[in-house]
Amino acid sequence: MILARSLAAICALLASVLVAAQPAPMAAAAPASGPNDTCLMCHGDKDAKGAAGQSIAVDAAQFGSSVHGGLALKCTDCHSDVSAQKLPHAEKLKPVNCGTCHAKAVAEYAGTVHGLARKGGNTVAASCTDCHGKHDIKRSKDADSRTNHANIEATCSTCHGSDKVVAQGKLPGGNVGSTFHDSIHGKALKGAAQGSAPTCTNCHGAHSIRAKGEAASRTSRANIPETCGSCHKPESVAFLKGSHGKLRQDGNMAAPGCTDCHSAHGIQQHDSDKFQIAVIKECGTCHQDYLSTYRDTFHGQVTALGYARMATCASCHGAHDVLPASNPLSKVSAQNRLKTCQACHAGASENFASFDPHANRHDKARNPLYYYAALFMELLLFGVFAFFGIHTLFWFYREVREKFGRGRGPGDTGNGREKH
Amino acid sequence: MAIALNQEAPAAGGGAAQRYYRRFTPIERVLHALLMLSFVGCALSGLPLIFADKPWAATLARILGGFEGAGLIHRICAFVMIVVFATHVALVFGRALSRGRIMAVLWGPDSMVPQPQDVIDVYRNFKWFVGVGPRPQFDRWTYWEKFDYWAVFWGMLIIGGSGLLLWFPVFFAKFLPGWIFNIAALVHGEEALLAVGFIFTFHFFNGHLRPAKFPMDTVVFTGRISEHEMKDERRVQFDRLTREGRLATDETTAPSEESKWFGWVVGGVALALGIVAIVLIVSSLF
Repeated sequence: MILARSLAAICALLASVLVAAQPAPMAAAAPASGPNDTCLMCHGDKDAKGAAGQSIAVDAAQFGSSVHGGLALKCTDCHSDVSAQKLPHAEKLKPVNCGTCHAKAVAEYAGTVHGLARKGGNTVAASCTDCHGKHDIKRSKDADSRTNHANIEATCSTCHGSDKVVAQGKLPGGNVGSTFHDSIHGKALKGAAQGSAPTCTNCHGAHSIRAKGEAASRTSRANIPETCGSCHKPESVAFLKGSHGKLRQDGNMAAPGCTDCHSAHGIQQHDSDKFQIAVIKECGTCHQDYLSTYRDTFHGQVTALGYARMATCASCHGAHDVLPASNPLSKVSAQNRLKTCQACHAGASENFASFDPHANRHDKARNPLYYYAALFMELLLFGVFAFFGIHTLFWFYREVREKFGRGRGPGDTGNGREKH
Repeated sequence: MAIALNQEAPAAGGGAAQRYYRRFTPIERVLHALLMLSFVGCALSGLPLIFADKPWAATLARILGGFEGAGLIHRICAFVMIVVFATHVALVFGRALSRGRIMAVLWGPDSMVPQPQDVIDVYRNFKWFVGVGPRPQFDRWTYWEKFDYWAVFWGMLIIGGSGLLLWFPVFFAKFLPGWIFNIAALVHGEEALLAVGFIFTFHFFNGHLRPAKFPMDTVVFTGRISEHEMKDERRVQFDRLTREGRLATDETTAPSEESKWFGWVVGGVALALGIVAIVLIVSSLF
C-alpha cells in the first residue's frame, strides 16, 4: 500500500516537471529576458508551492505585459535579496522596496492615512501592492490597470467596500464602498460620463490621501468646498457668498460645508424626492426652532409625509447662497419675498407674502394673534374633553350598574330605568 | 335615495305591533348620512397631516392615493359637507319663515336653542350619575344632543371657513392679511382634532355605544323612534305630545328594512372607521 502511494507520488512529480518544462521555452520566447529564466525555472510552474504550501507561481506572460516587464526589469531588481549565484534563495524574502526607484511616491505614501496606519501597526492598511498589484502592475492610463480611473472604485472597495476588512482594520467611515456605489458619482462612473465623473482619488487624492482630521487633507472640513468646487465651480462660488460660506471664512468651522447637506459618499441627485425630503432634517441640526415651526405648516406636514412637491427649506431660502432675511439679496428679504412665494403660488399678493411660514404658537412677541388663537383652542379642547370625559365616565358607570348590577327588581326592562 | 327612505315596511302583526313616531324627516336623514360620510372622509384624509411625523400617517396617506389623492378626497368631502350645511341652514330658515313658526325654531321643545331646562337637565343627570336622584326624562332634544348640534354648527363655520381660506389662499389674500392664514391653518387643524375627537368618542358613546343603546341606535337612519323608547327616555316629550293631542299626527309606520340595513352597514362602517381614527390619535399622543 505504502509502496503504491510512493510510486504514484513519484509519477505525479515527474509528470508535473515534464508539463512545467514544456511551456518554459515559450515563456522565454515572449519578452526574452535571460536572467528571469532562472527564476522562472521554479516560479514559472503555476502549481509551484512554497514550504508552507502557499503558491509561489509567477505568470511570466502577465509579468511580461506589466509596466515593469515592458521595461525588461529583472526579478532581482525588486527582489534584491535574491542572487542567481546563491540558489535556492532563502525561504522568506524581505519585502520589496518600491522606493528604490519610486522614492518620491514612497515618501509621499509615508505621510498618507494608509502609510501612517501601517507605521502604527495596522497591517490591514493598504501598501503599494494593495492598490497597484505585484507582478501585474500597469500604468494608470491602461484600461485594465487597478489604478485606472475606471477601476479605482473597485480597487479601493477591496477594503473599503468589504464589511470584513472594515471591521478588521477599523476603517473610518465604515463600508463607504457600497454607499459610494449607489451615489450619483458612483452611478455616473458606470454611465456615459464615466471619464469625467469623480472616483475615490478625485476627492481623496492617491499618494496624498490623508485622514479628514488632518488640516492638509483634501477632505478636511476646511478644504471640502475647494475639493468639491474643483468640479462644481458655480456652486462653490455661490456657497462662499452665502451665510454658511462666510461663517467658515470667518473661522467658524461648525458652519455646514458641502458634505453636511449632501453627505460624502452617498450623494444623491439634488432634485430627487429622496434628497429633497432628507436634506430638511439637516437644516434642523442647527435651525431646530425653524424646523419645528416649519413642521407646523402645511409645507412641513406634506414633506414629513414623504411628498416633495411642497416647499422645503431651500425652496424659500436658497441652497448654496442662503442669506439672512436682513440681507437684501436674500430670497426671503422684504424685497424678494413676494417673488419667492410667486415661484409656486402664481398671482400671490403682498398680503399673501406676509404669511409667516415659521409662526410659533409659543412666541407671543413674534405672533401675538396666533399665540392667543392657539391658547384659545387649547382651552377649548381641554374644556370640552374634560367636561364630556367626566360626563361619559359617570354615565357609563351608572348605565352599567343599572343594566348589569345586582338588585334588579322583577319587571325591570333592563333599559336602565331607576325604580323609586 | 329619498324614495327608498320613504318606503314603509308593512306593519308587522297588526294592532299588537310596536308604535313608532317620526323623529327625523327624510331630508334630515339624508343630510345626516351625507354629513357622516363626508366627515369620516375629511377626518381620514386630514389626520395624516396633523400627525405627519407618525409612521401610520404616511401609510394612511399612501392608502388614500398619496398627498394628491388624499387632498382630492379631502376637498370632495369638504364640498359635500358645505352643501349639507348650506341645505340645513336654508331648511331652518325656510321652516322659520314660510310657516311663520319662527318662535318654535328659536324657543321651546322643538328648538335647538339651549334653554334653562337644559341646565336643569345637566344637574339632574349628574345627580342620577352619582346615585342621588332618579334617571331624568327628556323632551325632544336632550342637552347633549344640542351640544352635538352646536358643536357641529360652530365647527362648520370655523373649519369650513378656515378650510376655504386654505383652499384658495391666493384669492383670499387679495383682501385679507397674511396672518389670517396662519390662524386659519392653526384653527383648521385644532378644531378638526376637537371635532374628530368629540364625534368619534362622545357622540358615539352618547348616541350608540353606551349600554342602553349598544351597539348602535339606528333612529337617525330610520327616522323613527319606538313608543317604548320614547316612553323610556323621552317621557316629557311623550306626555307633551299626548297632552297637545299631537301623538297621532307624529305617529308613523315601522322602520323600513332598507333604512335599518343602511343604518347598520353604513353607520357601522362609520363607527368602525371612527374608532380606528381614535386609536391612531390616542396612540400618537403618548
